[in-house]
Amino acid sequence: MTTPDAAEEEHQARFDATIARDQRVEPRDWMPEAYRRTLVRQIAQHAHSEIIGMQPEGAWITRAPSLRRKAILFAKVQDEAGHGLYLYSAAETLGADRADLTARLIEGRQKYSSIFNYPTVTFADVGVIGWFVDGAAICNQVPLCRSSYGPYARAMVRICKEESFHQRQGYELLLTMMRGTDAQRAMVQDAVDRWWWPSLMMFGPPDSDSPNSAASMAWKIKRHSNDELRRRFVDMTVPQAEKLGVTLPDPELRWNEESGRYDFGTPDWSELQRVIKGDGPCNAERMARRREAHAEGAWVREAATAHAAKQARRRARRAEAPEGAGV
Amino acid sequence: MSGTEQHGSGGAGRGPQEGWPLYEVFVRGKRGLNHVHVGSLHAADDAMALGHARDLYTRRNEGVSIWVVRSSHIAASTRDEKDPFFAPSADKVYRHPTFYDIPDDVPHI
Amino acid sequence: MSPAPETPGTSQAAVTPEPPESPAAPGSSPAAGTDHVYLSLAEEHDDDSGRWAFGTGFTDPLHGVDTAVPPGVDGAALASLCLELADDALVQAQRLAEWCTRAPELEEEVALANIGLDLLGQARLLYARCGRADGTDRGEDAYAYFRDPADFRNVTLAELPNGDFAFSIVRLLVLSTWRLAVLHRLTGAQDPVLAAVAAKAVPELTYHRQYAAQWAVRLGDGTEESHRRMRAALAQVAPYLPEVFASSPADGAAVRAETVSVLEQVLAEAELAGALPVPDEPGSADGREGRHTAHLAPLLAELQQVARAHPEATW
Repeated sequence: MTTPDAAEEEHQARFDATIARDQRVEPRDWMPEAYRRTLVRQIAQHAHSEIIGMQPEGAWITRAPSLRRKAILFAKVQDEAGHGLYLYSAAETLGADRADLTARLIEGRQKYSSIFNYPTVTFADVGVIGWFVDGAAICNQVPLCRSSYGPYARAMVRICKEESFHQRQGYELLLTMMRGTDAQRAMVQDAVDRWWWPSLMMFGPPDSDSPNSAASMAWKIKRHSNDELRRRFVDMTVPQAEKLGVTLPDPELRWNEESGRYDFGTPDWSELQRVIKGDGPCNAERMARRREAHAEGAWVREAATAHAAKQARRRARRAEAPEGAGV
Repeated sequence: MSGTEQHGSGGAGRGPQEGWPLYEVFVRGKRGLNHVHVGSLHAADDAMALGHARDLYTRRNEGVSIWVVRSSHIAASTRDEKDPFFAPSADKVYRHPTFYDIPDDVPHI
Repeated sequence: MSPAPETPGTSQAAVTPEPPESPAAPGSSPAAGTDHVYLSLAEEHDDDSGRWAFGTGFTDPLHGVDTAVPPGVDGAALASLCLELADDALVQAQRLAEWCTRAPELEEEVALANIGLDLLGQARLLYARCGRADGTDRGEDAYAYFRDPADFRNVTLAELPNGDFAFSIVRLLVLSTWRLAVLHRLTGAQDPVLAAVAAKAVPELTYHRQYAAQWAVRLGDGTEESHRRMRAALAQVAPYLPEVFASSPADGAAVRAETVSVLEQVLAEAELAGALPVPDEPGSADGREGRHTAHLAPLLAELQQVARAHPEATW
């Protein structure tokens, strides 16, 4: 073999070539430590977002106004738990440990998407979350299906497929409500007004102010910049809003003939900073719920572990006993 | 801890007293196909792992078959055991090299 | 250790085939045409559709079943039976939904939701059948949202608050064991729709029972604390057993014997033999006659609040 430094360089060269050829990096491959750290952080935050994201909609399962909506919403929130699990699973291929990641979330050392710190006020919010938040998630996530890290990309393929069902159920709920009573139409418009700007903020700070983006793009962990994804989301959503018959709360929103895209206003970035720093309307509530569930589940998890250990000891004893020899 | 009684906690399992051990899940989607690695989950024992795998990775598909195995029980090829998770894949052209890489697109044969 | 089990858990051979709802169908999305998001996914991974389920779909287990109430079947009796079984399922599903975001582990979130969705699906089919059988042609939501507590026919055990995980598991064990015994017998019902619904429910309930039984054993034979909590939960459930057994629609003695035998078997393995005393006296079917605990009214108030606030609305 060669000297450690030369080996390191060789690994780096091979890694760079893998990225350059658009091939996937797989769990046991050599990878730069910063690449691994960035991935663990991004995947964990994504997983945390799925789990915390169950709360705003989950609060409406028991109150859904028809059994059909109840079933759809129940299944959707369940999917989010599933997505969180797929993502934690991907993070664990990088040597992270879910218990540790959960501790980081609960102790506030890792973030989740700021969008879930807004309250769900009426049942129309369920529809708007599906339409905006899941739509924004699709914009963000579809490119991640080609992320350079194999397990993350594969998890994203499954998640994106499920998200498409989520977005459609949301939009369909809104369509139905818009065909209903005046009160329902007012609920929809009110929810649109409240969720539009926070949804645009889901894509993160503007590129000029996004310190981690460049490295993630170079490593092909991320494929498009925050601003580009935000713009795509607006282009995708405006015609849907017209079809629905709601007004998006942005006076600067207009079609730009020259660029063939929509111009739109600037989100209140100071609000995003406040929410990210923990000062959003529901940060404390969301964290408290997660912390409480984890703490209250401790005795259950311990009991299952203790039972498994007892069973293993019993099996071992049976295996040692002469009668068990032939098994 | 059942996980630590029989063997050291596998690679990733840092704090075995906190949380259940990690299992890898393999699913046969249809008759005639191989089992394919689909991901992992945590469970206290094999029966729980099967139940969770059914609930999480197959959600009601009939006719599927599931295998679960403790992650720490998987032996994977690496050239350098010093640093098992980040060992080089060396000179192999790695289409399907190790641990987790079982192709998503199982061919119809 | 079983290295290569061919089926996870119980046999599901009797389940109605349930293809995924194919939500990823390109073109049918309101977002179709934007980025060809789903189309490109489908191209690259078209083989996945058989492997992944996308949410829990509700396919029609009544496909090909004649939904007219057959001559010779007493419509009123059929309707009240369907209503009872539907109310049991809906109220249980509502309690399971309350676990959402509060489960002891993330994997259990998924499992508890699956069980809740199964029961909700059973309730919907049974309400629909009730509407046909009682001649009113009311839809499922009329029964779920626009009846008052005294009109509900569920057994009262179903409506008790969730308590801790031990209580929820004991209740699930009792109710799924009993409901399985009941619905298993109804797979031979004279009404073909009820028989089809029962046939769909049997494998679901078998899984629910297995899930609850496995957890009962883990908790009973786990730590001192979990064992203590199981004992407390069993003591809390025991007084409701006579009512449950008095509420079986038919074959009461056989259903009771089967239920008790399964429970005893599970509890013995859970180091909890004798911890669920089954009272000998015949129970009174309180819930079936509309006599409920104080817990049902708030449960229904929550369930019904949005629907009742907008009676003219469509959702």
